[in-house]
Amino acid sequence: MADFIMIVVSAMFINNFVVVQFLGICPFLGVSKDFKSALGMGLAVTFVMAITCLITYPIYVYILVPLKIEFMEIIIFIFVIAAIVQMIEMALKKFSPTLYNAMGIYLPLITTNCAVLGVAELVIDHAQIAALIGIAEGAMNMGYAVLYGIFAGLGFTLAIVVMSGLREKVARLPIAKPLRGFPIAMITACFIAMAFYVFAII
Amino acid sequence: MKTNFKKIATDGILTNNPTLKLVLGTCPTLALTTMAMNGVYMGLAVTFVLICSNVIISLLRKVIPNQVRIPAFVLIIATFVTILRIVMDKLLPDLYESLGLYLPLIVVNCIILARAESFASKNGIIASAADGLFMGIGFALALTTMGAFREILGAGKIFGVELWAFRIEFFSSSAGAFFTYGLFIAMFAFISSLISKKKALKAAKAAKATVATEEVKEDK
Repeated sequence: MADFIMIVVSAMFINNFVVVQFLGICPFLGVSKDFKSALGMGLAVTFVMAITCLITYPIYVYILVPLKIEFMEIIIFIFVIAAIVQMIEMALKKFSPTLYNAMGIYLPLITTNCAVLGVAELVIDHAQIAALIGIAEGAMNMGYAVLYGIFAGLGFTLAIVVMSGLREKVARLPIAKPLRGFPIAMITACFIAMAFYVFAII
Repeated sequence: MKTNFKKIATDGILTNNPTLKLVLGTCPTLALTTMAMNGVYMGLAVTFVLICSNVIISLLRKVIPNQVRIPAFVLIIATFVTILRIVMDKLLPDLYESLGLYLPLIVVNCIILARAESFASKNGIIASAADGLFMGIGFALALTTMGAFREILGAGKIFGVELWAFRIEFFSSSAGAFFTYGLFIAMFAFISSLISKKKALKAAKAAKATVATEEVKEDK
């Protein structure tokens, strides 16, 4: 239970993917103009990240390591992610058209989201991930990997939703011309990052 | 068709700078600009992958069917990143450690896929190689400048050399990364708008001059 809480706090807050580790910045800036699409993107990413961890972790541990072809990880991971995204898209289209209509446009973007490849690479680096969630290096297993994927995704969702709320307000302010668009979005993100310092101090 | 190297160079470094104008490849930019040297290393790594992938994609542009081009591009990019990773791990282990997670993430760096899609798949080999080189230089320059700015203010150092004891911790933090990047994009936009305004003013003056001479002619 203590481990579970540690994973939640570490993945969502202390090592938040967006504002602390700088992963998934492109959708964070691109799809955060309104609350609804930000939430949709966040949940879609969370879902893909959880399934990615569920598939890439056993591939790495049970196939690549015994065969000693760890160097193939990037190529294999990116293909697994692309295939997962494609399959989710097809499954959603067939079984849940309403969900597909809500999430559909964000799905193809997720393949090139570095947060997804980032989490796949992070959970196989046992030394680093064990240090992040405070467990022994040998204790790392698939359960932890999937949990980390889910909560890192929820951390992404949290950041992008907060960002969309702030940007809706900022859009109404009179802003100097060179600062409009990306620069003011970056400065807004700067304040969100500052808010996340609180968790790092704890 | 003659390759216009001057246009490719100014496009890559100034008018279409991938970091400051197009705002692509933001993740490594924010994460690695704590030090100027990181910018140089990351810039070189991305330039290498960009040139190689641009050349191969340009070579294969007539062979790859249109429907599967994105997976094909990603495979080519992933191959070069893997090569880079193996070489760096063996030859430069310290550097490999300092770039860390961001080295494999070059695969999903939008700059490379964007250049493959919008330039290499439509142009010849030499032009594509030049585009890769100058886009890479543009990226490296932006990263190094931002890295130097943050290193001087945040750590009181430049390229690892101690300058003074004065430090503003904010600039070496993650919030400082966002702030610096925003500031640089804004400055870049401001300066380029000034330049284009000057050009427009010059053009307007020239146009006025020709109109004036025509009027003089008509009077005669």
